[in-house]
Formats: sequence, structure tokens, C-alpha cells
Amino acid sequence: MHCVTLTKGVPDFREGQVSFDEDGHLERGDTPTVMNPNDEPALRAALQTKIRNGGTTSVMSMGPPGYGDVLREAMESVYADDLYLLSDREMAAADTWATAITVATGLKRLEPDLVFAGFKTADGETGHTGPQTAWCLDWPLVTHVVALDVDADEGVLRAKRLVEGDVDEIETVEAPLPAFVVADPEFDPSYRKAAHRLKHKDLREETRARAQNHEDHLTVWDHEDLNLDPDFIGLDGSPTIVEGVDPIPRAPAERDATMVDPSDEDAMGDVVEELTQYAGGD
Amino acid sequence: MTETDDYEHYEAVVVGAGPGGAAAAAVLAQQGVETLVLERGVDAGSKNVSGGLLFAEESAPYTLDDLFPDFREEATERPVTESYMHNVAGDQVHTIDLEDVHEAGVEYCDSVLRRKMDSWLADQVHELARETGGGLLTEVRANGLLRENGEIVGVTCDELDPIRADVVIAADGVNSELARDAGMMNWDEPDDYFQGVKAVVDMPEGAIEERFDVDDGEGASHLFAGDLFDGVRGGGFLYTNDDTLSIGTVFHLDSIADERAEPQQLLDGLLTHPLLAQWLGDDYEELEYSAKLVPDSKKVAHPSPHQGRLLLVGDAAGQMQAQGPIIKGMNHAVSAGALAAEAFVDSRTRGTSSAGDLYEQKLRSEGVMDDLRPARYRASRAVTESDAVSGFTDALVDSFVGRAGVSLLGGTVESLFNSQFLLGMIPDTKTSYVTIPQVLGEELGEPIEGGPSQVEPPDLADRIGDLTYNTDVGNPHIEVLDESYDASGTAVTACPVSAEDFGGGCYRSETVERDGTEERVVSLDTQPCVECGTCAVVADTDWEHPRGGKGVEYEQG
Repeated sequence: MHCVTLTKGVPDFREGQVSFDEDGHLERGDTPTVMNPNDEPALRAALQTKIRNGGTTSVMSMGPPGYGDVLREAMESVYADDLYLLSDREMAAADTWATAITVATGLKRLEPDLVFAGFKTADGETGHTGPQTAWCLDWPLVTHVVALDVDADEGVLRAKRLVEGDVDEIETVEAPLPAFVVADPEFDPSYRKAAHRLKHKDLREETRARAQNHEDHLTVWDHEDLNLDPDFIGLDGSPTIVEGVDPIPRAPAERDATMVDPSDEDAMGDVVEELTQYAGGD
Repeated sequence: MTETDDYEHYEAVVVGAGPGGAAAAAVLAQQGVETLVLERGVDAGSKNVSGGLLFAEESAPYTLDDLFPDFREEATERPVTESYMHNVAGDQVHTIDLEDVHEAGVEYCDSVLRRKMDSWLADQVHELARETGGGLLTEVRANGLLRENGEIVGVTCDELDPIRADVVIAADGVNSELARDAGMMNWDEPDDYFQGVKAVVDMPEGAIEERFDVDDGEGASHLFAGDLFDGVRGGGFLYTNDDTLSIGTVFHLDSIADERAEPQQLLDGLLTHPLLAQWLGDDYEELEYSAKLVPDSKKVAHPSPHQGRLLLVGDAAGQMQAQGPIIKGMNHAVSAGALAAEAFVDSRTRGTSSAGDLYEQKLRSEGVMDDLRPARYRASRAVTESDAVSGFTDALVDSFVGRAGVSLLGGTVESLFNSQFLLGMIPDTKTSYVTIPQVLGEELGEPIEGGPSQVEPPDLADRIGDLTYNTDVGNPHIEVLDESYDASGTAVTACPVSAEDFGGGCYRSETVERDGTEERVVSLDTQPCVECGTCAVVADTDWEHPRGGKGVEYEQG
């Protein structure tokens, strides 16, 4: 069983990390790049497959050469055996379509049995790249996966999908391998055998050592390696036109705030009085 | 690992990664037995509490440093080389040097903190067991026995599918769910148990050496008895760790229940006693509050701790020796665990006797059972613990004649307390815990030096607030079966994280109106539970441990 997990480096949007200029535009240079947090369910699903079904796991990403930390983090999460980075000036500024073409070409090289992707990136948030990549590969696409069981002998996967509606429903589907899986944030790996959990511990130790020298396990491919025409990838291959970027306006403050010093007993008494009327649980 | 009917099979499954489980697993793995260890805590030691002294006895068949190289360097705190007993009466104290009994037959005695010790042991055990195809897993709770045609064939777990095993070694503690599933231990009698509560207290650098007058790398043990615990039967202890103190109290659970005593208040009584001011200084910083139920081996050490493939080890088998002021548990668990493992290996190679029978024989031939259930105690108990006799001796010691006798004894008291023979006969009555120490303090005591204590222990709400919990929301592990105050009200006081007039604990009492009449009932919130098991004994509950990785997580232990 060979699994590939797709991941992306995104700005670290956490408080204290992210930096915006006066106009509310992201200051890319001052904001660190981290692994897309929404890829974690995909990594968990790939890890579960590696532990329960054996085989090797790779991580693939497309981006600038400085993605080392992102790939190392992904390697540690999924206990990956090797890393692939699709990196080239010609690939830069790609929209989801050009990205899908590029990534699908890289995946075909590896001939995996399963590809895992997160449900969206934390920056673009389109959720398109995974499904478009599956379309390029012409593989079955299973999205919103919350539980997964891979039957290597039968050459199929069985998955539970979270179908959101008025009432959330769980749909059980079966798909032939190779297949493309988009993991839901609710994905819950299941290790009901002691042997699985022991293997998990072993892999954690092994990977920790490997991730120290993750560059030894990294393969970088440019457009020539993948035999891709620059006209169909990167900015030139992107049909999306960005007309403009508007900063997200701050939510207007509709309520007045009164600052109260907690050590001022009289003022605190007023607060309590103010709150008492809501204390009935209404 | 091999699989049969979809269930995994390991040659040996050890439940619980305390010292007993670790010793068992180490011996099994060294003998090439495929061994799986299941620990319910997030880390070994995160569920475990002990007062804190680990004895290695010269006569013991196994000690932890035999089994684990570098154990003392890596996992223990200080070698405890001094031991004192303080008999307190009001503002007087009579101190006895317990050196002889502390050191009698003892190779060494180290103070330990369980999180550090047990997690270190677990790492070693995992490496050893992994070589055999097994290993150690945390956050897995074995919740019962797997049976086939009435025979025990393995364990069931919350987190894993059932597992088959040729031998199941239950080292799952005083509240062992496997021992209960087998019908071998119960929670019926409060007088089968002690309850201990402990505070781990931070010490500034160099303070231990200075305040206890010990060299770097040496430590002291101080025990306390007398009138500082409102007549509740038990005593206090203080042990020096590397840079903390373990200070606690241990009482007979029946006494706590009968007196409606609040364990955390009894502990505070010790912490704020003027006698302790010399060691605690002005800045009291409590790192952790903890509690544990302790089986009294004299009464409940299982004489035949096995059933089919199941072998009980340590607290799960009631193997906890409390003899007078000295409490020994971990060392017996280590011996028992290793002997259980040895028994399984022997039974496999010889094939004549069962592992359980061999284990029982080894416990006897190695003298473990004699320590746990001394014949002297059994012989004298019937007389000394009867109410009439204990009332009489209590009155006698307290009388003019008794006091005169105590005074005349003078220095001889010290040698009496240091007599192993006498300690083996000490009855568990108020006389030995309260009256004698108090009379000693009054008749022979010196005034306690120094002023009143500056120590202000945190209140119960803060103690609970400082503990780490991973609450299993919506899945409480204890259910009160009879909520009437008569049946379960004792839990309100006896539970170490509950108190009368305190709303933030596990148990609360309240008055409700039903059908026009007022009823006093108890209600339960398991969130602050420290999983000691007290309420299972003193109240009417359905009690289980939380699932793997859930519940309280001790940092010190």
C-alpha cells in the first residue's frame, strides 16, 4: 500500500504570528509559513492506513524551495517515508486548476494506491484543489470522510462520509483503488488492536530520527522533470483572474464597553447588579 | 502477536504499569515471553500516588534496581537515611529516633514521586517487552476479564478489541477492576483500608539540606502521631524528595468514616502544626494534592491471589504492609510481580503446576506472605482489637498508672518502637495511634520551639483547581446507586475532594422535598474525582475507573 498525502504551506494565521499592514493586507514576509492546519485530518487518515495496512507513505507539496519546515512537520505527523516538493518558478502563482494539473502529474509518477487531501487550505479556502486533482487523475473521489477502512486484498476502500444537511447523516461508500480521499475535520482514526498502537509508537520513534534529516528524504521536481508545458501551469496556466483584494472589514462595535477595575468593590457591585437580571437562566 | 477469531493473542498481558506491573513485565520479557502491558493513564505514574518511601529489603527476592539498571540514579528522589517519630500532645512533642526499625533488614530506602518513577520504569519495560513482540501501551483501560466457557482467557478493554492471553497479571491497583470481575476482592469493609492524602510541597534550593540537617543526596523521614488529628486513628508523614517534600496523612478508613472526618482538614492540621514550621518556612507552595486508598494487607492480602490464568499483584491483591508507623507497599508489589512472572515461566517449562499455584507457593516460600499477614498480628488481634480490651488498654495507658509507666520507661520507649517483633503485634486501635503517642508527648515531651506556623494551605477549591483533568464529558465513571444520606452521606466527608458546605467537590449533601416530606440526599459530580475509591467503600455506588487517558492526571504522584 502506497499512500500520498498532499499538503500546503500557508501563512500562520494564529494570533501573535500573523502580521497585517495598515490597510489590512497580509504581510507575507513577516508572517511565518506553516503546514495547512486543515491538512491534519488527511494526515491522520494516511497514518491510520500506514499503521493498519502497512506500506509506505509519502508527502507531496507544491511551493517554493523554503518549504522545508512544512514538509518536516508533515513528515512527523504522518510518519512519512519520503517527501516530494514540486518547485519551480514556472509553477508559481498557480490557481487551483494549474495546481491540480501540476500535482496530478507528480502523483502519476508515484503511482500510489491512495491519495489523501485536506478539505481546504487555510489561505485560499476554495476546497477545489483536491477534487480537481482527482478529476485530472480520473480516480474515484471520496470526500467528507470521517472513518476509513482499506481492504488491500479486495482492492477497495470502505469509508463513512459525513453528509451535512438539516440532519447530519453518515453515508457508507465503497470505492475501488486507486482512489482519492478528502478527509473531513471530524475524521477519527481507529486503532482497536494493541499491535496497531505498538506500531504507532515504533513509527513515532523512527520518524523522529528521520525528520531530523528530512532533506535526505526529499525529492524536488521542476516542470522539466515532470515534462510539463509552462504555458499550462503556474500563472500562465491559471484561468482565474484576481480582480482585486479587499481586506475583511472589522466588525463594527455596536456596544459600549465600560472598563471596570476588579479591585473596585463599588464598581464590581454594579456589574453584579447588571448581571443579576440575567441570572435566571433566561 | 497472533490472531485467532479476530482477537489478538499475547502470551502475557500485564494490566497496570506501576512497580508491580513493571517488575512482572520485566521478568517476563527477560525470559522471552511475549508481553503486552496496558496502562490506563496518559503516562505511567499519572494515576499513581504513594506516600513516597520505596524500601528495598535484604530478604526480598527482587528489587527494582535488580531488574532495572540505573533505577536509583534515574527514577528515585533521595536515599532516606534518617527516620523519626514525633509524638505530639498540645505544644509538646516527644521525638523517637526510628533508625533501627527503619534500617532493619533494609538495603536502602529511597523517597520517590510516582510520575517520575513509574514513567521511567515504563520506558524501560516498553523497550524490553518490544523485543518479545509485545510492548507497553498507555491510555488503554482493561475493564474486565475475557471468558470462554467460564474460564478466564484474556482481558476486555475500553479502547481495544478483547485480547487473549496465556496469563493475565493484574497489577491494576487498589481499585482493581480485574480482581473484582473475578470476585476476588470487594469494597465492603472500611476497616480493610487506610486512606492517605498527600501534599507535594516545593522547597527552595538548598532548603532541604539546611532545614533537615542532611547532606546533599541524603534525606529524612518524619512520622507524626498524637493529638493533632482530632482522635482519628492514623498518623502523618513527611519525606524529603530532591527539591520537594511529600507531606501526608494516613488514617484508617473506618475511623475517617465514623468520625465524619474531612481528610483535607486533617492534612491541614498537620501542615499548619507549629512542629512543621521549622521545615516548611514562611513561603508555603503546594504543588499537588493527591489521595489514595491503601489496602490493609493484615486483613485483605489475598491468601491465594490467583484464579485460572489470572494472577493478582500488589494493591490489587491487597499486598500493602502497614505495620505500626512503617508502610511498605511498592517493595511487596515488586516482589509479587516478579514472582508471578517467574511462576508463569516455570509453569510453562515444567508443565506440572499452574502458574497460579506456583505463584502462591513462591509468595509463601519467599516470605512475602509472612510480611503481609504476620502470624503475630493474627494471633494477637482477636484480643487487642476487641472493643472491650481496646477500651481498657486505652483507659489504662491514659490513667495515672499508665502514665507513670510511660514516664518510667523513658529512653526505653525508643527501643520498644524499634522492635520489629512488637510492631508486628501493634493493634489497630486508638490506643496505639492516638493515646500512647499523646501520653508520650505529655509525659516525656519537650516544648515545641519556634512560633506559630505561617503556613496557609490552599483551600479545597484551589487544590482541585490546580489538578489536571481530562474529563470524559457525559460519561461519568461513578454512579450513586442509593442517594439517601444514610447510605451514601459518608462520602461527602470521607471523599478527599468533597466536604460538607463545599459545592465544588464530588459529593454534596442537599435537602430535597419529595411527596411533601423533606429528604436529605447526596449528589455526585465526578469531574473533581481523584479516583481513590473511597466512595466505593463508604457509599453505595457503581464505581469504575474512567476510560483510558481520562480523569485526573498527576504530575507528581
